[in-house]
Amino acid sequence: MSNDLKKYYKKLQLNGLPPEADEYIRREIESAKKPPVADRHIHPPYTPGIYDKGDAQVLQSYTPPDDTPFSALKTLDELLDKDKQREHDGFPRRIRLGKLVKPGPDKKARVIIVPTTTEPKFYHDNSITEDGEEGDTGGSGEGEEGEVIGEQQAEQQQGEGEGQGAGQGESSEHDIGSEAFDLGRIITQKFNLPNLKDKGKKRSLTKYTYDLTDKNRRHGQLLDKKATIRRIIETNILLGNIDGENDFSPDQLILNPDDQVFRIMSKEKDFENQAVVFFVRDYSGSMAGPPTEAVITQHLLIYSWLMYQFQNNVITRFILHDTEAKEVPDFYTYYKSQVAGGTNVSPAFELVNKIVETEQLAKDYNIYVFFGTDGDDWQTDGKQMLEATRKMFTYINRLGITVAKNSWSTGRQTTVEKYIESSGILKQFPDLIRLDGFISAGVAENRLIEGIKKLIS
Amino acid sequence: MEIIDQHTKGIMEECKVRARDAGLKFDDESLEYIVTNKDMLELSPKVMIPTLYDYWVHDVEVLKGYGKYQAYPHNPYETVINSRPAISFYNDNNPDWLNIMIFYHVLGHIDFFQNNSLFTNTWNDDFVGKALADKRMIANLRTEYGRWVDYIIEFSRSIDNICGFFTELSATMKNTGKGPDTRLEYYFGEFLQEFVKVPQHEYYKELDRYNQLVTQNRSMAESMFFSEIRQKHPEFVAMFEKHSDTSGKKTASDILEFIRENSPFLNRESNRWMKSVMNIIRDTALYFSPQIRSKITNEGWASYWHDKLFRSDERIKGHEVSYARINAGVTSISRVGLNPYAIGLRLLEYIEDMGNKGKISWEFQKMQGIEQRENFDKKQNKGMVSIFSVRSEFNDFMLLNTFVDQDFVEKHNLFVVGKRLDQARGVYQYYVKSRKAEDYKQMLIESLYHPPKIVVNTKKTSEDLLYLTHRFESKQLVKDFIPDTLIGIEFLWGGMVKLETTEIHLKGQDDKGSPVFEYKPVIYTVKDRKVSKEIVN
Repeated sequence: MSNDLKKYYKKLQLNGLPPEADEYIRREIESAKKPPVADRHIHPPYTPGIYDKGDAQVLQSYTPPDDTPFSALKTLDELLDKDKQREHDGFPRRIRLGKLVKPGPDKKARVIIVPTTTEPKFYHDNSITEDGEEGDTGGSGEGEEGEVIGEQQAEQQQGEGEGQGAGQGESSEHDIGSEAFDLGRIITQKFNLPNLKDKGKKRSLTKYTYDLTDKNRRHGQLLDKKATIRRIIETNILLGNIDGENDFSPDQLILNPDDQVFRIMSKEKDFENQAVVFFVRDYSGSMAGPPTEAVITQHLLIYSWLMYQFQNNVITRFILHDTEAKEVPDFYTYYKSQVAGGTNVSPAFELVNKIVETEQLAKDYNIYVFFGTDGDDWQTDGKQMLEATRKMFTYINRLGITVAKNSWSTGRQTTVEKYIESSGILKQFPDLIRLDGFISAGVAENRLIEGIKKLIS
Repeated sequence: MEIIDQHTKGIMEECKVRARDAGLKFDDESLEYIVTNKDMLELSPKVMIPTLYDYWVHDVEVLKGYGKYQAYPHNPYETVINSRPAISFYNDNNPDWLNIMIFYHVLGHIDFFQNNSLFTNTWNDDFVGKALADKRMIANLRTEYGRWVDYIIEFSRSIDNICGFFTELSATMKNTGKGPDTRLEYYFGEFLQEFVKVPQHEYYKELDRYNQLVTQNRSMAESMFFSEIRQKHPEFVAMFEKHSDTSGKKTASDILEFIRENSPFLNRESNRWMKSVMNIIRDTALYFSPQIRSKITNEGWASYWHDKLFRSDERIKGHEVSYARINAGVTSISRVGLNPYAIGLRLLEYIEDMGNKGKISWEFQKMQGIEQRENFDKKQNKGMVSIFSVRSEFNDFMLLNTFVDQDFVEKHNLFVVGKRLDQARGVYQYYVKSRKAEDYKQMLIESLYHPPKIVVNTKKTSEDLLYLTHRFESKQLVKDFIPDTLIGIEFLWGGMVKLETTEIHLKGQDDKGSPVFEYKPVIYTVKDRKVSKEIVN
């Protein structure tokens, strides 16, 4: 624990802490002592095992293609219809709109959305055994017993049970891309998420932008190589220079000036963004594991829903907080980051207020704030936080708070729930603020989507 | 997907002749197909069986988070499938020399499939043809029963990994050997051991007495032996008769079969079609069971032969370097990680060497001196015999358990790699954990495919309750999957299902900071699709 944190804790103690809150804080300090990677959800890196290779790979260098979300999305509607039918038949749903973090073509990680499923069976759980550590494997070559022969960055495994490693995301602009729109459509339609009642002020679409979008033959500003080649091939097939059976040499092809396709500048209508969404989450030590998973997944789904509602014209801002708040550039960083600090909610809300004020966002946009927490706040009365919230009510369309509780707070109200409840703002401003609390461990996607209904309807 | 051309087929037929000359045995017919990447995409979810039944999970990405190899299908990217005739797949742009090498490897697999006793139950089937018939049947049922067919597939698949492969196999073996237990077998087996429960020294005394009688008078021995027993255990005759009556009946060898035979729900006239679907799923799982249990042996065997046969084939000329590169990629031992091709091949070579030197003998095994062991050479030249008997009789567990010893580990500089977290720097360190053969063997065995053993407790099972017991082997079941799996079983059984299992709980830490665990027996109950759990004290 850093010294600042210690001082802060001492100060809180001096001011008097209720025993429950004290316990909560001590737990968080405990978890902060452990580095994030020691979390049970983070497995040692995977090394190839006996069953990972097959003849097709080693003998004929066949590489299974990366699953593209698009090929899978094709049948997503059907899959979800089927899944809905399952629920109707009384069986648990099986399709998850899982998100995967994969390195994209440029090696930067991307969050993509793929329908996934699992085949539940009785399997041995190798992660917890008395004899033998998980992850022992074979090796060969030089090295004394005990000697270190290599190392690897500790990172979480892909797929199920993703945890969070140290934040190392670089900023990449569209890390949740166009699939989010599709996902939004799907969850709106299939899970009966409500449409937005008030779409806000209708924008007059009078803003224009200039772009190289129109095409012209023979002359223009930029040669469209792909389109040009396509036309050249077409012409030469007609001329009989290419017959499909035999190879041909490009220098035999005839170039017709008419086949050159250029792009030219043209005037385009520019759609203005209609909404700003602030995603705010606690990334302190106690959030490690299930709470973060739950919050992130729900926020991703909310983001998708808004993308659909506003036809892609949504600006997103991401804010993380522990005892202090900071803005991060993209969803990936928002998702990956973790610190081992304490928790103080109010700075995050104050930061949102400040951004809205300095950038004068309230004037032009619908503003949504979604806040994810495990319900922990070292400021047990939440005075500053409530103050910031009340200020927020002057401009926002909706504040949605997700409380993804840790397993140890089963059956009791968390600090955040408690002070929000007792302040009465939930009843006072039912249109502006919503709160949804659940135990985060093993929470199903359905529950998360139900939660979204609660937060946005 | 198309059949290879005549030119390539000719090349391959020549390979068959050479492989046979070297001692491999396989059917005359084989089918070879050229596949494109698109074909592979479609084949891989179907475990490379083009005619496997359709199922929606094949169209969705299945999360592989839970110990990859546990999932079935385990590794979809095989090149040969064990059917009659054997079918193998080739890239459309392989040069001839590569196809020759691959085909030798393929012949190694075909020989293994058709001679290793694990595969006994697959020898009489043309699986591809059977799968086609099954696929059509499922498609037909779908037109009549719609999505319910898929539920049955799903629920059957949820317990197909715990199918009774070994029970089925030993039943076949027994049948091919002899009929039901003889009087003698029953006496020394179930009767003395389980009914009378004689202490060990008396058991051996009985054995001695019988052996003595045999040496004195072989033809009269048995009747003399039993005449005395009639006085000692008057109940024996009746017991034996009762046993002979019941032992002929086959008991269900796994949960799927038990449910199929006994479920009141499935026995209703209108639900009988479900049994056929269950059969298809179970047969498919049984069919793939031997393959996953012989991965190391099988790949080692095929690698041994592709190397041996291709290097002595004159068609390698001019491609020696390219071959060396590919072969090294396939069979080199990893610095970190496990390569079944490498381990299997090294073990077979090791066994061959041992056989040649006469080291597979008691005389050698009891030898202690390092130098003595190294120089031991009886020049017996039985290496080939040894590896051929491994090919016919061994599975992965037996291979590793029998032949991984200190000499082997040292010969190839093998060690167990441990991983530990360097917390300050946020990296995992790989270190040499142990160079002891015992540890290395244990690590290999731990990483073998080993589904949990879950059986029906027939004593506690009634029409209204199916009672399952998990035989705990220091590993708990993956908890997240238990409820959904049980809901499926409940549907098939048509009534309440209980599962008795054990969970491992973290109790705390000892003085050194290592975790201390405790075992807690628990019972899951599913009734009306609601799953509950209670801890048994």
